[in-house]
Amino acid sequence: MGEQSPVLEMTGIRKVFPGVVALDGVDFRLFPGEVHALMGENGAGKSTLIKVLTGVYTIDGGEVRLGGEVVRINGPLQAQQAGISTVYQEVNLCTNLSVAENIFIGREPRKFGRIQWGLMRKRAAELLARLDLDIDVSAPLNTYSLAIQQMVAIARAVDISARVLILDEPTSSLDASEVEQLFAVMRRLKADGVAILFVSHFLDQIYEVSDRLTVLRNGQLIGEFKTEDLPQVRLVEKMIGKELAALESLEDKAQRTRERTAGAEPVLQAKELGRTGAIAPFDLTIHAGEVVGLAGLLGSGRTELARLLFGADKPDSGELRLEGKQVNLRDPQVAMKRGIAFSSENRRTEGIIGELSVRENIILALQASRGWTRPIPRRKQDEIVDKYIKALQIRPADPERQVRNLSGGNQQKVLLARWLITEPRLLIIDEPTRGIDVGAKAEIQKLVAELSDGGMAVLFVSAELEEVLRLSHKIAVLRDRRLVEELENTPDVDADRIMQTIASGANP
Amino acid sequence: MTILKNRLFWPAAILVVLLVVNAFTSNQFVTVRDGHLFGSLIDILRGSAPLVLVALGMTLVIATGGIDLSVGSVMAISGAVACLLISDLGDQNSVGSVLLIMLAAIGVSLLAGLWNGALVAIIGIQPIIATLILMVAGRGIAQLITDGQIINVQSGPYATIATGFFLAIPVAFLIAVAAVVLITLLTRRTALGLLLESVGGSPTASRLAGIRAKRITVMVYVVSGAFAGLAGLIYSANIKSADSISAGNLIELDAILAVVIGGTALIGGRFSIAGTVLGAVLIQALGVTVVAIGVPSDLTLLFKAIVVVALCLSQSPEFRAKVFGRFKTRTEAIA
Amino acid sequence: MTTVDVTPETGGKKDSPINPRRRVYRPNAKYIPILATLALLVIMYSAGVANYENFGQPSVIVNLFRDNAVLLVVTVGMTFVILTGGIDLSVGAVISMTTTLTATLLQGGWPPFVVLVLVLLLGSLIGAGQGAVIHYFKVEPFIATLAGLFLARGIALFINQSSIPIRDETWKAISEYRIPLADGVVTKPVAIIAIITVLIAAAVLAWTRFGRNVYAIGGSADSALLMGLPVARTRIAVYTLSGFCAALGGVLFSINSTSGWALQGNGLELDAIAACVIGGVLLTGGSGYVFGALLGVLVTGLIQTIIIFQGDLNAAWTRIIVGVLLFAFIVLQRLVTRKVK
Repeated sequence: MGEQSPVLEMTGIRKVFPGVVALDGVDFRLFPGEVHALMGENGAGKSTLIKVLTGVYTIDGGEVRLGGEVVRINGPLQAQQAGISTVYQEVNLCTNLSVAENIFIGREPRKFGRIQWGLMRKRAAELLARLDLDIDVSAPLNTYSLAIQQMVAIARAVDISARVLILDEPTSSLDASEVEQLFAVMRRLKADGVAILFVSHFLDQIYEVSDRLTVLRNGQLIGEFKTEDLPQVRLVEKMIGKELAALESLEDKAQRTRERTAGAEPVLQAKELGRTGAIAPFDLTIHAGEVVGLAGLLGSGRTELARLLFGADKPDSGELRLEGKQVNLRDPQVAMKRGIAFSSENRRTEGIIGELSVRENIILALQASRGWTRPIPRRKQDEIVDKYIKALQIRPADPERQVRNLSGGNQQKVLLARWLITEPRLLIIDEPTRGIDVGAKAEIQKLVAELSDGGMAVLFVSAELEEVLRLSHKIAVLRDRRLVEELENTPDVDADRIMQTIASGANP
Repeated sequence: MTILKNRLFWPAAILVVLLVVNAFTSNQFVTVRDGHLFGSLIDILRGSAPLVLVALGMTLVIATGGIDLSVGSVMAISGAVACLLISDLGDQNSVGSVLLIMLAAIGVSLLAGLWNGALVAIIGIQPIIATLILMVAGRGIAQLITDGQIINVQSGPYATIATGFFLAIPVAFLIAVAAVVLITLLTRRTALGLLLESVGGSPTASRLAGIRAKRITVMVYVVSGAFAGLAGLIYSANIKSADSISAGNLIELDAILAVVIGGTALIGGRFSIAGTVLGAVLIQALGVTVVAIGVPSDLTLLFKAIVVVALCLSQSPEFRAKVFGRFKTRTEAIA
Repeated sequence: MTTVDVTPETGGKKDSPINPRRRVYRPNAKYIPILATLALLVIMYSAGVANYENFGQPSVIVNLFRDNAVLLVVTVGMTFVILTGGIDLSVGAVISMTTTLTATLLQGGWPPFVVLVLVLLLGSLIGAGQGAVIHYFKVEPFIATLAGLFLARGIALFINQSSIPIRDETWKAISEYRIPLADGVVTKPVAIIAIITVLIAAAVLAWTRFGRNVYAIGGSADSALLMGLPVARTRIAVYTLSGFCAALGGVLFSINSTSGWALQGNGLELDAIAACVIGGVLLTGGSGYVFGALLGVLVTGLIQTIIIFQGDLNAAWTRIIVGVLLFAFIVLQRLVTRKVK
């Protein structure tokens, strides 16, 4: 492969935003027939580099060569014409149109200006068949799952230009079998000589599918490596550029001791609680000072379970007791008043209110529980907010900054602060560390451990098994919308053990 | 530079220019006659009362990400109800009866708002469509109430709310000021403003933060209905009759315009009451000034069009970026 | 780091299609509103025939097209705009501007053909201007076309504030011309023009790239842009088209009334929007058909016909019934879209 000439070559790319150098002399090469992972923390410059490639941004320095020739890409359309297609995490198709139209729109086969619908459907079906996808192409795209929508996006991209395909975090919303299917498609395209640029937060996936990787940090090129030559630990080191001190200190706390919770009162008891189509009836008990981890694949019912406990969705069977008393959580407000807090996995859409300030976002839940007639005095607000900005190290430490201008990790901290000031007895956090940089991740994990040490009950939902293992006293495993096993986090429990349960569902 | 960047700078500047033009062209800007204040400034302030009222309600609705197209129809209904009942009175000058009737009319408007709120918050219909229903049907209802006639009333107490004076100041203006103070206290002295902005910013996130968005949403439509009703009373008291065709005709557009001029975005979230009042007074001042400088009143529309275009463009970041490079937006995502 | 995204042993047979169980497709869902409108139309018509003498005569249906020709043409333009997720409040005002200008120019002795071309161009120009402001400066369609409304009506009032009669021979000839359809059934050219407009629009939406781009933008303008579709061109074209249709509606209006007046077409934008909603065109964009909008216009027209036949009903009932229908159809759409999701 090394003997071939690259299909895409970027040299000395520089991109400056007011006050920030987003890319500083970055080189990047992409060869035909390879899957090349672009790695870096949030803010490393991955997205900027991709936006340069897709023509969303114009560069301030350097050059881009496609097939050896210098090109200037001025927009998505031009990028497409030059042979660079992109599939984003949030599928950028028109879901109200049919599958066939989504593949061919803008390029529909025509005769005398009239679209030939029959021919278009036939071609679409053929194209999808090449990706092992057999679906009704005349159905609107919104009747299909996100995974299929993504395949359709890839089919479109590949059909337009088979040279360079950019997959920007395509796997974030897919479950395991869908990821496998996606990888199969990627391998097939690779064999056809397509150059694939792949971005993912999941290291396992990177190692499974990529041939080479390029690491960026703070807008600078750290290096280009063969994936097989670079162990995971070394990769993480290169990405964050510091020793994993924070993470490792937590590592010492792994397999946390149980004694403290032995005599504690149960905060929450669910009996046969369930909701049709979301999660089968389950039993779950959470004690004060205990961290219960929820493990399971995406779509296994993790989030659905958590939402039931917060009253975000209504159960249709079973009963729920809080500190012994049976309760009916009609809506989130009732749950809040009973001392439950819930931070959603969808930070942007279900968490922060981007337009409001950090201060307003932090006091929001507390204010909601007091009702609109009893505002929190401004002095009190400032006091609370300052305290939590310091305690959680929210950066920038400006309470009046619009929260949408903060990084993902800091937004997550704002959300945690929002719930902590309500002094909950049970904190439910769904994927708090997803898509945030390693440093912030460690801080949040540490915070969870401290909270539970302080006596708070925590339900911790995460896709990362290591994280669940590190923090939890007890782990509940979900599979196919069913709670299949509950196990004490004893020293002999490890990731393999949990994965076995997830994979087989059997109760050994 | 920072003053120039304030979204309210240009509207305020235009208002000042209009008032200055007025001061020079009209022979009486502010005078005292018979112990009452008169003059074109007073005309502007008094005349803007219905629009200020409607726009205040509209501001709250828009802050939640909604819109209320039915305000004009509600004005017509409220005026129709009041005039019908007053015309049936034995003594149209009975202050008590007239007050009761006005309360009844506002009560009916409140119900109209409740209907809108229920459609939006409980059935979950898009606000623009939900309120379109009452916008279309409401004027028909008003026509039914008056049986297609224009009902004239001769009630001193009723006329007072539009043309009367209290301590030399026009009553209509006082009502508007009271409403502004009430709404400001209601939203900024309580947490209502924050919760409104939160719901407008992200309904889902607000719900998960424990905010009961439905209640708040219904409430703002009720407030909007009630204020529209009050505006309808002032309008019909001013012409001493109920005219279900022209009462509040197109006022929803002026009100929305006032809100937008005032810097509240149509997608909801942050709102500015001061901005809305500024916008409403600006629209009224424009109408008065156009007449004052001797242009036929029908041409107000043309001037309004120009002002709308100018203001919208001045508030559009894209336009600023294209026309004045130095206003380049700094919020470009840094990834 | 190990994530739980491992392949379960039981899943992932590589050659099977992905998740066939997720293939939930109800082909009829998107047609439900339009079928409901059609059913309503049939019921209303049958009720009319059953209750009123002469209601069953063909002329009732033929006249429906004649009397609603202006609304029909305007609604066609509005359908395009709404399909992209926008709205055009200026159409009624463009009609008044067109009739006033047409009458004035004809009175001034301009050649009819030149007047026709000129007013159609002016309408399109106003539409294009609105589209450009909406697209390039990201001004809300609601606000931009509101400015258009003020502008067009302002121009109309500027030209003349009272009604101007049209005495031009061509206009009069078209106005008085009758097209025989069957024994004793005749219609006017305006109806034919309206129907042709509907047919052309339906064909454009279904069979041309422009038409499909309109739907795509209504589905997601951002996606359309990333897919390389000509979003700017399409969006401006849609408002231009709506302006053109409104001007054409104004010409038809002036033919019908052989006069021009600045208050003609007042509030017609509301009727057009209502017709679209009743006809199943989603105000959020991306879904709906010209044929549905046609049905919507016919439903509102039929209500008026019934009220005229009834004779003793207050005309205010038209608005109330349209309001009730709006409510019913909106709730229906709500239920249908909820099911699809």
